[in-house]
Amino acid sequence: MIDTGFDVILAAMILGVAAGAVLTRGMFAAVVMFIVYGLLVALAWLRLGAVDVGLAEAAIGAGLTGVLLLGALGRVNRQLGEDGTPPDAPHRPAAIRPVALLAALATAAALAWGFLMLPPPDGLHAPVAQNLAATQLGNPVTAVLLNFRAWDTLLETIILLAALVGVWSLAPDAAWGGRPGLAQRTRSGGVLSSFGRLLPPVGLLVGVWLVWAGADRPGGAFQGATVLAAVWLLASMAGLSDAPRVASLWLRAALIAGPAVFLALALAGLSVAGFLIVPPGAAKLVTVTVEALLTLSLTVMLGLLVLGPPERAA
Amino acid sequence: MIDAASLLLSVAGLIFFLAGTVGILRFPDTHSRLHALTKADNLGLGLIALAVALQAESWAAIAKIVLIWALVLLAAGTSAQLVARVALQQGGAPGSGRDDAGPDAVGSTPSGQRDPAG
Repeated sequence: MIDTGFDVILAAMILGVAAGAVLTRGMFAAVVMFIVYGLLVALAWLRLGAVDVGLAEAAIGAGLTGVLLLGALGRVNRQLGEDGTPPDAPHRPAAIRPVALLAALATAAALAWGFLMLPPPDGLHAPVAQNLAATQLGNPVTAVLLNFRAWDTLLETIILLAALVGVWSLAPDAAWGGRPGLAQRTRSGGVLSSFGRLLPPVGLLVGVWLVWAGADRPGGAFQGATVLAAVWLLASMAGLSDAPRVASLWLRAALIAGPAVFLALALAGLSVAGFLIVPPGAAKLVTVTVEALLTLSLTVMLGLLVLGPPERAA
Repeated sequence: MIDAASLLLSVAGLIFFLAGTVGILRFPDTHSRLHALTKADNLGLGLIALAVALQAESWAAIAKIVLIWALVLLAAGTSAQLVARVALQQGGAPGSGRDDAGPDAVGSTPSGQRDPAG
């Protein structure tokens, strides 16, 4: 009774903030609504018992995406003129909104149709549970992400890398290879620099724990990397560590370590049975290696995505 | 008995949250709104954490609840300081009723002032 009431209220609130995010006039209000939406959806995943998805939604959907949107909003506002219009606004035909609406509705309809056409789901619980032992992992979600469907995870990290290259390509020529973002000036002993010293130990512990625990219970490389990237960003905002030059070799090595080793192990599988196939005896070792290096690469990728394109010359 | 105490504490906590929310909506300027938010939410969350801690099954769980409360206190206090400083720099003196640094001002500071020198 109370549970049902909670769920109904939660669902109503999710729909409410979703509508608010789309319909509200101000962009800042829309971003805040989107962040609240992400947190409520994370709660909904918890209610459905999908703790892994809930963690990912809270960390990436609400946290990281929210920060990215706030950063984008700050950049947009910096470029807007006094009257709130861009100085060189391209002429936008009046028909663009209805066309965008139609395109969005058509995509939604196509997705809904595709979903409804699927054969009734009999679930993959049984096959995953049967083969879980071979992966030497305790958390079926991690087994799916890093073994049964490692293909998806490999491609996801490469997509993130491509996104980062896209962000970097926005750099002005003079700043290419330099440091991303603006120099942070903070008073030593001030509020922000104290906070920046106090929180990282806790954040590091939580981030590493999330990755390590991911093998046997909810957690994993993506969630852990988000927490670690947040720690890095906080230290950077508190003026404790300046952002690295994007041309620096160690930075690039850290960026590709995860995907590169992942790919190398996937190719090594060819000599055993096939691409991305892990010999059962070595499953745990391979998974932990890939996950640790992925965490490093993802932390650097996510942090650099938030910091933005290089703005200061090398 | 313990359930009743939990219930009482959570209701008390919710009253603080409600008061803080009313304060955010009704108070005239950024500094008084921050006052409403940080004071009420910290105490409200403390009471709810206490209510949940009474239901906890182990000391480790209680320690985690206390840690969460302490971290939220720390984060709320820090961000309140930073928002207050930006509001002060942008001309809204505490208690002035001026609203120069309302929520829509965030993210619109000129490039040189992105960080409020905290």
